[in-house]
Parts: sequence; structure tokens; C-alpha cells
Amino acid sequence: MNFTFTEEQLLIRDMAERFFRDEYDLDTRRKHQAMPGGFCPETWAQFAEMGWLALGIPEDLGGVGGGSVETAILMEAMGGGLAVEPFLSTVVLGGGLMIRGGSPEQQGDLLPKLAAGELLLAFGYAEPQSRYDLNDVATTAKADGGGYVLDGAKCVVLHAGTVDKIAVTARTSGDVRDRAGITVFLIDADAPGVTVRDYPTVDGLRAGDVTLSGVKVGVEAVLGEVGNGLELTEAVIDRAAALIAVEAAGVMAATTQCTVDYLKERKQFGRPLGDFQALQHRMTEMYMETELTRWLGYMAVVRQDGDDRSAAARAAAQAKAKAGQAGRLIGQEAVQLHGGMGVTDEMFVSHLFKRLTMIDHVFGDAAHHVERLADMDIGDAAA
Amino acid sequence: MELVLNPEESAFQKEVRDFLRTSIPPEIKRKVDLGLKLVKDDYVVWQKILHERGWIAPSWPKEYGGPGWSPVQRYLYEEELAAASSPRLITFGLKMLGPVLVEFGTDEQKARYLPRILSSEDWWCQGFSEPGSGSDLASLSTRAVRDGDHYVVNGQKTWTTLAQYADWIFCLVRTSTEGKKQAGISFLLIDMKTPGVTVRPIKTLDGGQEINDVFLEDVRVPVDNLVGKENDGWTVAKFLLGHERFGIAGVARSKKQMERVREIASKEMKRGRPLIEDARFREEMAQVEIDLTALEMTELHLLSEQAAGRKPGPESSILKLKGTQVQQAITELLLEAVGNRAAVFDPAILDDDWPGPGNDGPAIPEHAATVASHYFNWRKASIYGGSNEIQRNIIAKAILGL
Ligand SMILES: Cc1cc2nc3c(=O)[nH]c(=O)nc-3n(C[C@H](O)[C@H](O)[C@H](O)COP(=O)(O)OP(=O)(O)OC[C@H]3O[C@@H](n4cnc5c(N)ncnc54)[C@H](O)[C@@H]3O)c2cc1C
Ligand SMILES: Cc1cc2nc3c(=O)[nH]c(=O)nc-3n(C[C@H](O)[C@H](O)[C@H](O)COP(=O)(O)OP(=O)(O)OC[C@H]3O[C@@H](n4cnc5c(N)ncnc54)[C@H](O)[C@@H]3O)c2cc1C
Repeated sequence: MNFTFTEEQLLIRDMAERFFRDEYDLDTRRKHQAMPGGFCPETWAQFAEMGWLALGIPEDLGGVGGGSVETAILMEAMGGGLAVEPFLSTVVLGGGLMIRGGSPEQQGDLLPKLAAGELLLAFGYAEPQSRYDLNDVATTAKADGGGYVLDGAKCVVLHAGTVDKIAVTARTSGDVRDRAGITVFLIDADAPGVTVRDYPTVDGLRAGDVTLSGVKVGVEAVLGEVGNGLELTEAVIDRAAALIAVEAAGVMAATTQCTVDYLKERKQFGRPLGDFQALQHRMTEMYMETELTRWLGYMAVVRQDGDDRSAAARAAAQAKAKAGQAGRLIGQEAVQLHGGMGVTDEMFVSHLFKRLTMIDHVFGDAAHHVERLADMDIGDAAA
Repeated sequence: MELVLNPEESAFQKEVRDFLRTSIPPEIKRKVDLGLKLVKDDYVVWQKILHERGWIAPSWPKEYGGPGWSPVQRYLYEEELAAASSPRLITFGLKMLGPVLVEFGTDEQKARYLPRILSSEDWWCQGFSEPGSGSDLASLSTRAVRDGDHYVVNGQKTWTTLAQYADWIFCLVRTSTEGKKQAGISFLLIDMKTPGVTVRPIKTLDGGQEINDVFLEDVRVPVDNLVGKENDGWTVAKFLLGHERFGIAGVARSKKQMERVREIASKEMKRGRPLIEDARFREEMAQVEIDLTALEMTELHLLSEQAAGRKPGPESSILKLKGTQVQQAITELLLEAVGNRAAVFDPAILDDDWPGPGNDGPAIPEHAATVASHYFNWRKASIYGGSNEIQRNIIAKAILGL
């Protein structure tokens, strides 16, 4: 057992932290948000150059290998910098699906492009009625000649409006909430019958609602096994949940730090606000919750690379629940301790707060994961 | 102790309910129900309706235009105002300056300003906070220097709510730097049209624009606009802040918001059923309702004491602190209820008129459109009106004797 970083991992961390410290401030972020698609293509190309998009992709497919921990390290730094680039949707979700579910042909065709920064991906797994349940899929894929016809709607698909291909879950058999009968398809974003309503998210990223009406695809569009797509989806989303918990820890650390810095500077009653013990204790709490979230998150990330799916699921649920709860506390406290400045658009802290809030609402909020853990417990006892 | 309304009180309640529900203009009601942006006209139109009925200033003495209601009647009225989905009354004139003038104003000041507050002809804003003086309000540095029969005012106010709509601003200004910092403050009324007054908007985290910087540069203010004695403004300010805290508990509005939680939870789905059928979510609602009811009863108790002649004391800090905590807990319930669609941002909701989820904007259901913005925006409630930390300091000092 060894729960610390390797030399190589520390190098990735230093490089990423330096990048976001030196080249990615709040103004840069605002500029990127205002670009078409809501992110900066040059920055994306830089990500590719630095090898960030190749992390986790095998070397023979244009990648640099490595496990999920490397990806997590990068995401922690992105969290602190509030990056708006479509890393999560393309690399973690899209790439995750390809690596876990793609056929050798699909992988050989797409992963080198992804690693080179030439392919953007999104994953639509949620529907208006599904809340956070991945099995709640009303979108249908009906067999049609040699392929399928897809009909349905996916909501809040991160970066759907800017990507080249969108993966979606669709029902090839069974009822809306059945676990069996779900299949993952990878479709071209500009295929006939695909419409995307693109919009900003409240935390400054972009997402879209995707409507599929009579979208025809061939069998080569299927990712993984027909009818067994839930397993693939759950594995990819659990991994994404674990990774975003670590990203959240990065946001939390930045949130705590900017609060501490502000309270050292801001004077009222003739002294720095940081002198007040009532406020010191609250910042200590923020700091501690950040640490706990980070290490629980890394544990969950490590579990995703193991063979034990139920341990991986449990760890992801724990990490994501913690990220949601701690994120809420830290975000709210940071705004509160900034006083009026905390509710202004001008300050970094308000953007960190919004990001923490929305991280809780992607891949299931804290309540969802606590409930999921409770259900797993009964499952174990019954087994 | 008696919790049942007597026949007169019930009759009063019905009268108020019938009037408010039939008088609220439907487009304003819709905005309030959906949490959409209200513009100056929405507030003014509604306030004029209440003014015509004689109900605009329930807490004012009858001789100045109040309806002469008992605390119980005022409480029932607040409930019905919220239940009718009416806009909040703009407090700066009605609940802050009005009572201040009644208590400290000269006869001329009363005659000049009070009727125009009642009729909503004058929109007032509050110029207390400054960049360097928030929680430590008494350290304020905006200077007013006497020059003949004028004061010349220089300085900056900030966080000034809805100053962009205001005709007048009441300000705390420094008229002396001698002695304790509280001792050199005066309370001054400034016409926003006076040369040297500039308003600059501050964008809030939800993208909205409700607060402002107000710059005062060589602003000449007649000495007649001084309320109370020169250098005695702190007494006036403390009186005003005590009033502000009472209104801020917002029990009636919170009850109305709990209805909204229920409504949204019956539209959102969880595990194939409406969210409202989920026991875990209902437990969370129940928890907030426990806190809300406890707060309501504490407020009722304080109101009853007041009716019996006791002056409002530091206990009003409980109402501000717990009231805003409950309000914020409700914004969290709403946010949780809408699930992943909380993330959807339709910039058009910031416009004066949001037509609803059309074909251009995101496909966000109407009921969810403002929930996240509201959650973000409402973090202000524990900051303004004396932050919740300052309220704790007051309780510690003034009640616990620490
Ligand atoms: C079950 C038990 C076992 C113990 N075993 C041992 C032992 O084996 N050996 C030993 O030497 N001692 C032992 N202690 C004593 C323990 O270390 C002291 O109780 C502890 O240090 C607190 O001191 P106190 O009880 O005098 O409380 P006080 O110091 O009087 O504190 C009272 C309260 O005020 C708070 N407080 C104090 N100072 C501050 C401050 N500056 N800022 C904010 N809050 C403050 C404290 O946190 C506490 O809540 C034990 C105590 C307990 C309860
Ligand atoms: C949306 C909004 C609207 C407002 N509208 C108006 C308005 O119309 N007119 C007006 O005059 N003002 C208005 N305010 C200003 C408001 O009253 C101040 O923001 C508030 O008094 C806090 O001051 P500050 O922002 O300078 O925070 P600071 O005083 O800098 O406080 C920062 C943090 O430190 C805490 N703190 C400060 N001192 C202590 C202490 N001694 N012990 C423990 N904790 C402490 C505070 O509670 C806060 O959490 C508004 C504010 C907001 C956010």
C-alpha cells in the first residue's frame, strides 16, 4: 500500500498547476467563455501538445498511457483554474467510453484523433425524466435493416453544441427503467435528425439539449455490446464521478485559499478580518473538508482502475457525495466570508462557488449518492 | 396563549385575502411566481394599488397614513401579501425612512417626504455601506462639510440596492472626526438628481443588476435635509437597523416558497415517480418546515410582547439570522428538486420580460428557469442588513452578556 504520488505524477501536477497559475486567470476564462463554443481552440491545442489529451490512451493508439490518477491530477489543477475547455466531456466521458467499450477498429480510428486534439466528444446519458438514474432511458433505437433508427431527447449534455460526435444511451429493448436493453451509440453531431439546443450553464460552461428524430445509424455506431450498455455507462460515469470529485477538491482548495488571502487583507474594526477567531475556525473547517474530499476522491479514482466493479461503484458514490456536501459548505462559507464582495461577478470566489454548486448536480448530487450507498448496503446484506 | 383567530381577526383575514388576490395584476403575479426579474414599474404599480386601498404602510401610525392595525392584523396581512404572489414592498421608504422620519423628523420633513413615500412618487435607497465600511459601519468616511446653509458631501457608497431606480438616497455621512467614531455621524437626505451624484452598477454572481456604487462628488445638500441632530446620526441609524431586522425574517414569504418547493417537486421526476412521492425528499422538506414554524412562533411571541408595549430589543437579531437561514435552506431545496437541469442557464431570464421557454433559448421548464440564479443570489441574505456574524456578535454581547 502506498497512497502518495510518484515522481512522474508530481511532474504532471507541477506543470498543470503552473499552467493554470500563469496562463489562465479569470479574465482569460471570460475570454474563452465568450468564444464560439465557449472555449479556446488554441488552449485546447496546447492541452494536446502538453500530452494532456493523450493521458490514459494506450501508446500504440497515439496516447501516453498512464492510469486514472494522472488524469485526476490534471483535473485537480483544472478545478483550481476553473477551466472551461471540454476536457471532461471529450477525454473523460468520450475517451472513457472508447477505451472501455470501443472495438479495436473504433479505437484505432478515433483515439489518435482525440489525443491529437482533433476530435471533440460528448456523452448524453440523462433525459428530462431520468433525474440521475442512468437506467432511466426512454430514447429508443429500433433495428432497421442493417442498422438502427434513434428517437428521443437527451438533456444537459455537456458541450453537445460544439463536439464532432455525441454518444447516447438508447433503448434497444425493454421498458423505460429496465436495466437490460440499453445500448450506447456514437453518432455524428451533424447527422440528419440530430438537433442540439446549445446554451451556457450557470457555472460558465456550455451544454445542450439533444433531440434525436429518426436518426439512422449503422451497426458500426454501437459502442460495446448491444443491450448491455448500462454496464459500460455506469463504469464510465462512476469513473467520471470519482475524477470530478478530485476536480472539486481543486476548486475547494482555490476557494479556501482566496478566502484566506482576502481575510488577511480586508480590514474592519481596525484589524484584518482574519484575526477574528470566529472566522478562523470556519476557514479551518473549509481547509479540512478540502483535504478529506481530495483523498477520498483519489481513493475512488484508484478503485476505478481495479477489477472490482462493486468496490469501484461504492468508492465513486462516496467520493461524489462528499464532494457535493463539502462543496456546498465551502462555497457558501467562502461567499459569506467575503461579505458583499462575495456576491459580485467581479470576484473569483463567486465563480468558484458556482462551479462547486454545479459539480454537485452532474453525475448525481450528494443526496443521490448517499441513497445509492444505502441501497448498496441492503444489496450486500441480502446477498 | 391563543393560536386561534377570533371572529374579527378571521373577518379581517378574509377581507385582506379577497382584495389582494383579486387586485394583483396577472403579469406581475406570474413574474413573482416564477421568480423572474421585476422592474421598477411592477413594484410601483402594485404599491399604488395598495396605497389606494390605504394599506401601503401597515406599521405607520394612523395620523401619518397607516391603517391603524394591531400586530396580529399586520401579521395576517404579511401572510396574505406573500400568499397572493405579490412583489415585496420596497422597504427603503416604507420600512426604513418612514419610521425614522416619524420618530426623528421635523414637521416640515414629515409633511414633505411621508406622503410621497406612501404614494410611491419617491423611490428611496439606502446609502450606509462604503467600500471601507461594511460590518464596521461606524468607520464610514463620506464627508459632509458645512458651507453656509448647505453641506458639501464627498465620498462613495456601495452595495446600494436599486439605486438605479431611486429618486432619493438617505445617507450616513461624517460631520466630525472628533471623539468616538459613532459620535461624528449624521443622517442626510440627498436628492439623486443633485449634480455630483453618479450611480455605477455592480453585476452580481447570478448575472443580475440590483446593487450599485454611488459616488458623491461635491454634492451640495441643503441643511434642512439633516434628520435628527448633527453628529447624532448613529442614534437614527440604530433605530432604523432595528426596524430593518424585523422585516427581514420573511416568514410569510418563506411559507409561500415552501409551496413552490411542493409544486416543483410534483412536476420533477425521481425513479419514475413525481419527486414529491419520495420520502427522503419529503423528510428534507419537513426539516425546513420545523425550523420555519419555530421561527414563526418566536416572531409571534416577540410581536405579542411588542403589542404589550415592549420596545423591540436585540432579540430581533434572532429573526434576521434564523429567518435568512430558513430562506437559504429553501433555495437549496428548490435547487435539489430540479436536479441536473439546475445547470441550464437561459440568459433571457435576466431581461425585463421573459416570455417563457421558447424555441430559441434552452429547453428549460418554466418552473426551473430561475432556481439556480435564485440560490446564488440569495446568499446575499446572510450578508446584508448586518451580516449573520454581526447578528451573533449582537446576541453574544447584548443578550448573553459576553
Ligand atoms: C475524558 C477526558 C480525558 C482526559 N484525559 C487527560 C489525560 O489523560 N491527561 C491530561 O493531561 N489531560 C486529560 N484531559 C484534559 C483535557 O486535555 C482538557 O480537558 C482539555 O485540554 C481542555 O481543558 P479544560 O477542560 O480546562 O477546558 P477549558 O480549557 O476551560 O476549555 C473550555 C472550552 O473552551 C474552549 N476553549 C478554550 N480555549 C479556547 C480558545 N483559545 N479558543 C477557543 N475556544 C477555547 C475549549 O475548546 C472548551 O470547549 C482529559 C479530558 C477529558 C474530558
Ligand atoms: C445584495 C446586497 C445588497 C445590499 N444593499 C445595501 C443597501 O441598499 N444599502 C447599504 O447601505 N448596504 C447594502 N448592502 C451592504 C451590506 O450591509 C454589507 O455588505 C454588510 O454590512 C457587510 O459588509 P461588507 O460587505 O463590507 O463585509 P465585511 O464587513 O468586509 O465582512 C466580511 C465577512 O466578515 C465577517 N465579519 C466582519 N466583522 C466581523 C466580526 N467582528 N466578527 C465576525 N465576523 C465578522 C462578516 O460577517 C462577513 O462574513 C448590501 C449588501 C448586499 C450583499
